[in-house]
Amino acid sequence: MFRAFRTVLMRDITLAMRRRTDVFTTLFFFIIVISLFPLGVGAEQQTLRFIAPGVAWIAALLASMLALERLFASDYADGTLEQMMLTPQPLAVLVLGKVAAHWLLTGLPLVLIAPLVGLQYYLPPDATRTLVLSLLVGTPVLSLIGAIGAALTLGLRGGGILISLLILPLYIPVLVYGAGAVMASGDELGNVQAYFLLLSAFLILALIFSPWATAAALRISVE
Amino acid sequence: MLDVHALTCERGDRILFESLSFSLAPGSLLYVEGRNGSGKTTLLRSLCGLFLPSAGEIRWQGEDIRRLGEDYRRHLLYLGHHNGIKLELTPQENLRVAATLDGEPATAAAIDEALARIGLRGFEDIPARMLSQGQKRRVALARLLLTGTRLWVLDEPFTALDVAAVEQLQEIIAAFIAEGGMVVLTTHQEVALTSGQIQHILLEG
Repeated sequence: MFRAFRTVLMRDITLAMRRRTDVFTTLFFFIIVISLFPLGVGAEQQTLRFIAPGVAWIAALLASMLALERLFASDYADGTLEQMMLTPQPLAVLVLGKVAAHWLLTGLPLVLIAPLVGLQYYLPPDATRTLVLSLLVGTPVLSLIGAIGAALTLGLRGGGILISLLILPLYIPVLVYGAGAVMASGDELGNVQAYFLLLSAFLILALIFSPWATAAALRISVE
Repeated sequence: MLDVHALTCERGDRILFESLSFSLAPGSLLYVEGRNGSGKTTLLRSLCGLFLPSAGEIRWQGEDIRRLGEDYRRHLLYLGHHNGIKLELTPQENLRVAATLDGEPATAAAIDEALARIGLRGFEDIPARMLSQGQKRRVALARLLLTGTRLWVLDEPFTALDVAAVEQLQEIIAAFIAEGGMVVLTTHQEVALTSGQIQHILLEG
């Protein structure tokens, strides 16, 4: 079972490495959205520091949304998805492999670039560290929840927009607690740990339920 | 042993076929015939468990395939309209992934041998996107040589193949049936089989 997980993970990473534009679009989208705010709102230090957590998290939300549409679409189009469904492996495990690859390629780069966001928005080092950590715990949740939406809208025309409508509301808790953690870290009385515990709880729940839900949705979509 | 009992499939509101029953014993070949849109592909997909029939039962060794799940899929190989290969990957990589996921990891030597037999010697490590339609189809067909499954469900396996490849595929199918395999096939061209029991189903849809 672990071998199947690893095979799918490595396969998707190899595929992405041979078609690198997909990886970079997400990252550049994130960077551009982040850079637009100082231009629109003004470069006043206090304002930027105040909006940074929300802006960074919303940009991360939208960026991870952007890549979701392609999560299953190409496998669906060339028939490899139905071949996966016909293997004697639990589909949920294969789904988890695909989602893990998706996160490594689109979520992890956002986490790694987050310190730059901190610099751009004059965040104190503490808050920057919290931002990185909250993205590290939160972005896998985004990928996991997003996979359900991607599976449900597979093969539909205009699926991309539909995913956003389905999934963005489900992202709200992650946004609230992710951005909340960063805000709390700038606060004297703020208890960052509580936010992280909640984010980790979301991650565990998503890890348990999302692969099964996604697998069920895929079976319906492929039919 | 594959048993189909009183199978009915609908697409949208249209009934494709009703109360279809047949059974397939080891060492036999089943042709599914019918004009375009008569439900051949739907029948094949139902046999694989990819399509949920509106009524009826499909049983493998006496057990419902939905209940068997992974234990049924272990015995099954399906080739559909799509080749099910990744164009960015080489034929070798495609087969390695497929074999590993099928639960029967294949050695590099076995994969190269299968590719050579199917006529892709020298194309093993070229991205599949560079191959012609017929060659892509051959990559998919190479799985037939690697797998140890008992039941092959092949949807139009001869499309895009040249005369030599068609002959070779016929030989592969005949050899598989001679060993006691089961094949369900849709095709518009007649296949000459030397051995084994042949059945026909006509979908009138």
